[in-house]
Amino acid sequence: MFRLDGVAKFYAGKAALGPLTLTIPARQTTALIGPSGCGKSTLLRLLMGLITPDAGAVSFDGTPVTPDTARAMRQRIGFALQDGGLFPHLSGRGNVALMARYLGWPTPKIDARIDELTELVRLPRELLDRRPQQLSGGQRQRVSLMRALMLDPAALLLDEPLGALDPLVRVELQRDLRDIARRLEKTVVIVTHDLAEAVYFADRIVLLKDGLIVQDGPPADLWHRPADEFVTRFVQAQRGPQVPDAVPA
Amino acid sequence: MTRLLLGLLALSLAGCDRTPAAKPVVVGSKKFTESIVLGEIAAGLMRPVVGNVRRDDLGGTPVCWVALTQGDIDIYPEYTGTITRQILQANPPDLDAALAVHGVKVSKSLGFRNNYALGMRKDVAAARGIRAVSDLKRHADLRCGFIHEFLDRPDGWPGLKAHYGLPQVNVQGMNHSLAYRAVVEKALDVTEVYTTDGEIAQYDLLVLDDDAKFFPSYEAVWLYRADLEARHPAAVAALKSLEGRVSEADMQRLNNRVQVEKASEPAVAQEFLAATLQLGDATAEPIGNATAEPSLLARVGRSTYEHLKLVVPSLLVAVLVSVPLGVFAARRPRIGRVVLLATGVLQTVPSLALLLFMIPVMKFLLGRGTGAPPAIAALFLYSLLPIVRNTVTGLQSIPESLRESADALGLSPWAALTRVELPLALPTIVAGIKTAAVINVGTATLGGFIGAGGYGRPILRGIDKLDIPLMLEGAIPAALLALAVEAFFEVVERVLAGRRS
Repeated sequence: MFRLDGVAKFYAGKAALGPLTLTIPARQTTALIGPSGCGKSTLLRLLMGLITPDAGAVSFDGTPVTPDTARAMRQRIGFALQDGGLFPHLSGRGNVALMARYLGWPTPKIDARIDELTELVRLPRELLDRRPQQLSGGQRQRVSLMRALMLDPAALLLDEPLGALDPLVRVELQRDLRDIARRLEKTVVIVTHDLAEAVYFADRIVLLKDGLIVQDGPPADLWHRPADEFVTRFVQAQRGPQVPDAVPA
Repeated sequence: MTRLLLGLLALSLAGCDRTPAAKPVVVGSKKFTESIVLGEIAAGLMRPVVGNVRRDDLGGTPVCWVALTQGDIDIYPEYTGTITRQILQANPPDLDAALAVHGVKVSKSLGFRNNYALGMRKDVAAARGIRAVSDLKRHADLRCGFIHEFLDRPDGWPGLKAHYGLPQVNVQGMNHSLAYRAVVEKALDVTEVYTTDGEIAQYDLLVLDDDAKFFPSYEAVWLYRADLEARHPAAVAALKSLEGRVSEADMQRLNNRVQVEKASEPAVAQEFLAATLQLGDATAEPIGNATAEPSLLARVGRSTYEHLKLVVPSLLVAVLVSVPLGVFAARRPRIGRVVLLATGVLQTVPSLALLLFMIPVMKFLLGRGTGAPPAIAALFLYSLLPIVRNTVTGLQSIPESLRESADALGLSPWAALTRVELPLALPTIVAGIKTAAVINVGTATLGGFIGAGGYGRPILRGIDKLDIPLMLEGAIPAALLALAVEAFFEVVERVLAGRRS
């Protein structure tokens, strides 16, 4: 669905990303993971045409992504980022319906679609009339997801969507998000720095370091066939909590 | 784009002050009592023969001269010394020919001269042994206060100082009536006087002898456009009927009626025409507003209406221009800096200078250089900075994540601007409009200097006549209007805030 060919991006004369070549197949969930500054968010923005590569080419569904094609293309891609990126001057409903209104959908069609999505993301209906500031972080994320899904896009790009949530809400939302991704059979690309989250969601994990792909494959490969020393260290760094031994009474 | 905006501005200006179908005869005058009384007399003389006569109070000599030569006014009272020394800056052998070049004619003397002179308290002068201007050379410490025009004019202080070799350095510019008060209160030692001023007798001042003959003679005359004679020969004949009919004593008495007895200028002019010249008796009735003084409420109502006619159009056009300009400046930061700098520089131009500068500009654009249009244009320019700056700030302070979200959704730049960015920046933009509106209400009072009316007229006339109730008649409503404007915008801000919380 997405293809990057020898893509590179420079910031202040230094390579922030690439050159790299990557294909993201349709109807699969791909996780982009790596330490901060590894270029994973830059990669996501290149896919959407929000930034243009300094070298190489990006294509979506066989069409090259250029400033001319990007806007039409973005209407076929849902995008959600950390803490939602919701507009504070609009209610939840206003945020979700913004693009549909812009495209001139009739109101009944908009309302029907919003009802459908409210069920899908399991958001209490009355919360939609609130402003983003009056919602909790988890609720904001659900509204943001509705907004991304409103036009029934072919692909869903998520940039650290759960990064700002507390652990319990996060687990609940991870589960819902995975169910939704599987049920809708969308092409999902998720950026995260949390390996457990990536493993939980993804059919395939792309591990980045300093703008380059270190390892690309099924999650299990990271443990069983690490590409190099860095992968091993990265995997080990994300261990679970050390449970202390029980103290005899 | 620029032409469109200019056209828009011109349109809104044109809508607010249009002369009626038949072009009236317009009588100008400068902003001091004698000139206004003479202007009223001129209007009274011409009304019976031409009917449609309008009065326009302007600022000083330069404004009147520009307005006369470009046709905003048809006639105003002037003094021969001012014509030669300040307007022509030459002493031509044939004054009529020199003025004909400008399409202007001059009448014979009205019968009195109003010369410049220096005045002092008699006791202060006696204590120092001062009788004549040349005596001032020995007293460098004397404190002098003159009106600004006198300080600038070649036939004023600069010429006088050079002619006599005067040493005084403590010289300030101030209002004529205030300077009189200051001399009486011994806060000043010397001021300039006009020999027909009512105050000379009222305060019993000493007029210093011009012993080295510097001041020229200032015979009062009518200056009028040459084409007035063709358009309304009867009007010019009526004006000329006053030649040689007003004595110095007459003029002093008329000035005194206004300055000291606080009678209105139209009423004083009316009295003079009726009593002294047996003119106007039969025609007194049509000039209703001169005899029947409008009530305080009616006067305040009228100035409020005139004031709003300056403030509202200038502010509306400023919003229409500044918001797009601000959007442009926010999108193109490099050009944006130039835009902000330019509007900032406009803000530092002294308001009076900007008003005067607008007279020829508006004449060129609209064919009308005095009254409301130049005042509205100046107010418009002053309102730009707060609105442009707040629009830029409002747009630039939108978090990057929100801007990116709008972009990522696939909104066009225009839709992102109108549906996301402008609504988010709205509270800041409204705050800028509020600032502009409040400044605008205050600055509009200066419109009184160029005949734009509004609260400035009673304030300036009040200062001139040292008539405090008259001053307050403009100052108090102006302050109240500023507060009302502030309150109005606070409600707007609260409604906007309520919508988003």
